[in-house]
Amino acid sequence: MTANIGLPIEFAYIVASVLFILGIKMLARPERARRGNLLSALGMLVALVASMFECCISFTWIIPGLIIGTAIGVVAARAVRMTAMPQMVAVLNGFGGIASLLVGWENYHNDPMSTTFVTVALFLAVFIGGVTFSGSMVAYAKLSERIPGKPIRFARQKVVNLAIIASILIFGTLFSTNPGAFYAYPLFILIVLLSLALGVCGVIPIGGADMPVVIALLNSYSGLAGCAVGFVILNNVLIVAGALVGASGIILTGIMCKAMNRSLPNVLFGGLQLGGTSSGETEVTGSVKPISPEDAYFVLEAARSVVIVPGYGMAVAQAQHAVRELGEILENNGAEVRYAIHPVAGRMPGHMNVLLAEADVMYEQLAEMDDVNPSMETVDVCLVIGANDVVNPAARENPSSSIYGMPIINADKAATVIVLKRSMAPGFAGIENSLFTKENARMLFGDAKATVQQLISEFKAATQ
Amino acid sequence: MLIGLLLFVFVLAIFLGVELISKVPSQLHTPLMSGTNAISGITIVGALTAAGSGADLMASILGTLALIFATINVVSGYLVTDRMLAMFKRKDKEERK
Repeated sequence: MTANIGLPIEFAYIVASVLFILGIKMLARPERARRGNLLSALGMLVALVASMFECCISFTWIIPGLIIGTAIGVVAARAVRMTAMPQMVAVLNGFGGIASLLVGWENYHNDPMSTTFVTVALFLAVFIGGVTFSGSMVAYAKLSERIPGKPIRFARQKVVNLAIIASILIFGTLFSTNPGAFYAYPLFILIVLLSLALGVCGVIPIGGADMPVVIALLNSYSGLAGCAVGFVILNNVLIVAGALVGASGIILTGIMCKAMNRSLPNVLFGGLQLGGTSSGETEVTGSVKPISPEDAYFVLEAARSVVIVPGYGMAVAQAQHAVRELGEILENNGAEVRYAIHPVAGRMPGHMNVLLAEADVMYEQLAEMDDVNPSMETVDVCLVIGANDVVNPAARENPSSSIYGMPIINADKAATVIVLKRSMAPGFAGIENSLFTKENARMLFGDAKATVQQLISEFKAATQ
Repeated sequence: MLIGLLLFVFVLAIFLGVELISKVPSQLHTPLMSGTNAISGITIVGALTAAGSGADLMASILGTLALIFATINVVSGYLVTDRMLAMFKRKDKEERK
């Protein structure tokens, strides 16, 4: 149907694709990233306007649709808190997926008799779109704690999932080879329902700590679903944009898996043996040495080089503004302050950076794990705030630990480690942390925000 | 012929995507995700065609729903990305003020 669309429209789609590419390219540099995003948005506008010229017989449904969508979109984007960004992205992924599913459905409803190629693409748009939507909704519910973040398992879960996948593929083949048959429409509806079921069953057994991987993967799927729609309506701009997003999601998925020292199949199907009786864990010997805020102040006051390791616990306690203030005080006191950010700190890739940026931490101070680790021996004080597993030396020292091999921030190699922690409860991985009993470690118990504020007032009292 | 061309574009775009994304620093991965997420709302082009096909009521409803979801995806995606990127500030710029 788009075989002979006008040359100007074709040209506009090329411009849109180029703008998307430039937009992503500019994201590589923080100072140009915002302009890059604007370029990408401009590309979307160009594509939208161009398609208006070729798409429509009637605008009666389009205008209200655009208005409603824009209104909801603007309100949601303004209202969302930065700590809630992972679930926001999950929802948006899901909406992209369901949109692709519905477009596929409409195309089939309107014109069941297409070429086999188009029908297969249509099947894929519905399949991937459906999984993306329901999977994202489950991820959203887990991240916003509407349902428990713990893995939800039932008997023969893998068998059920495999059976769903197999039936979708079989029904899909039947459907694609004969889309005009009397049984094809019911089969199509069945494929829709099974795809939605697969998204739910696929994500429900994955624990809250693994959600960053799931969001990244669903991000990729939402792009691939868009791609499939591109093959249905034979439009290059959808294929280019969808493929870019698909590639992006896959790369991020890989990065997250690597940072957790897990393979993708292990995240999706294996799960971490949460709470399991893993025999090989470090028997934590020695005692923890608590420290008072006053003593912690004296240690920090004398420090020339400080590394702060923030974890999600800091964000939960809403302590990032207080932490930034403490960081500034330490700098004014003559110390070099850096923030060491583990790739899986937070609830999605790069989440901790956003939370710290929101608290006005300058991005030059945000250091990646690999940049900090080599110089950790020269650091006077490493301040661990709400992080646990990502600083657990067992990942380096104990081959039988379930997190062995996971890249960590070597907090224990600093001269002194001060760990801010509410209690001695283990982290997400549910294992003991041998850092807490090391000779150079001091535990500063209490709510992260209150403790940091106490430290700040110690500094202020001293300068007055 | 057309199909071959579309697949050709698809494969090249995947490779281009991998090249582009690997250059994005990890500190910008969240905005990268929400930004590419907005791009995946490109399915809005298909939704427009679907909502405006002028076929029966069912087709219009499916198309319009698709359009609403895709529009939320696009609008919200770009706006939250912009909100986040606006927060990433440089030190020297700050001091110049």
